Amino acid sequence: MRAVALLAAALLFAAPALASDAHPTLAELEPQIMCPVCHTTIDQSDSAIAQRMKDFIRARIAAGDTAKQIKDELVAQFGPAVLASPPKKGFDLLVWVLPLVGVAAGAAMLGLLAWRWSRKRGGAEPLEAADGPLDPELERRLDEELARFEG
Amino acid sequence: MAVRLKLVAQTLAVALVAGLLALLVWKLVRGGSHHLKSGQLAPAFTLDRIGGPGHLSLASLRGKTVVLNFWASWCIPCKAEAPLLEAASRRWRARGVVVLGIDSNDFTGDARGFMRRYRLTYPVVHDRDGGRADRYGVSAFPETFFVHRDGRLAGHIPGQIVSQKQLDAGIRKALAS
Repeated sequence: MRAVALLAAALLFAAPALASDAHPTLAELEPQIMCPVCHTTIDQSDSAIAQRMKDFIRARIAAGDTAKQIKDELVAQFGPAVLASPPKKGFDLLVWVLPLVGVAAGAAMLGLLAWRWSRKRGGAEPLEAADGPLDPELERRLDEELARFEG
Repeated sequence: MAVRLKLVAQTLAVALVAGLLALLVWKLVRGGSHHLKSGQLAPAFTLDRIGGPGHLSLASLRGKTVVLNFWASWCIPCKAEAPLLEAASRRWRARGVVVLGIDSNDFTGDARGFMRRYRLTYPVVHDRDGGRADRYGVSAFPETFFVHRDGRLAGHIPGQIVSQKQLDAGIRKALAS
């Protein structure tokens, strides 16, 4: 039952994504494309080339191109740096993998430190048992103090 | 054992920081846009031709005086200077001068349209990601460089070429140097 629910939820979320790839809008693509001369995404640029790129995307959407086809053509014209997010392959994959490796390494380091800290505390010299025999001098002073307090 | 582990961790951390610093310095020195000076060797390149087959390299033009013009079809001043470059190309061709257009950060279709509109007959190559323009320190289009026969830079005109006289002066200087 749970598996069916999960599958239904996955399909629910996957459907709009697939539809958006097949029939993208300019508003969806603009933040994913870099303006090559202003180094911002084209939705944040009014430069001549950014305007030209928006016209190009509009024309390709009207011609029925998918988001992937439009991005592929822009990469062919301007190189891979035109994509705001680097592709998940080859050397560019490092951009996606390294942060995860960093988080994992940080978590491992924290875990190691916590383990060592708890081990140190656990292995520390135990205090003398409270019910052990008291030093006679200390016992005498304690009796005197108690007597003074009660008197 | 714990001391050794600590030492290894410290060494790794220092090495990582040193590596990142080295990367930053390398990027600043090599990747940074900077203007080239006259007398320096013009940075080499091989780029796809627009409106013609195959590639064209700067090295293949060694022995000729080269006028390198960085432009783009969406650049307004580039439109104004295109006829001057075409006229210079025709007039100086017999003296061993080659005008070479480098279309940067542009759609090749738009570049072809530009070439047809201004009837450009000199070769044009496509610098698709603007990497060559960066290597030459071009911060805005257009910009024109004059390269001596031996491959060294003889001068440049930042911005639009405003007259045939200005362009001819650059070519003469490159021929004489």
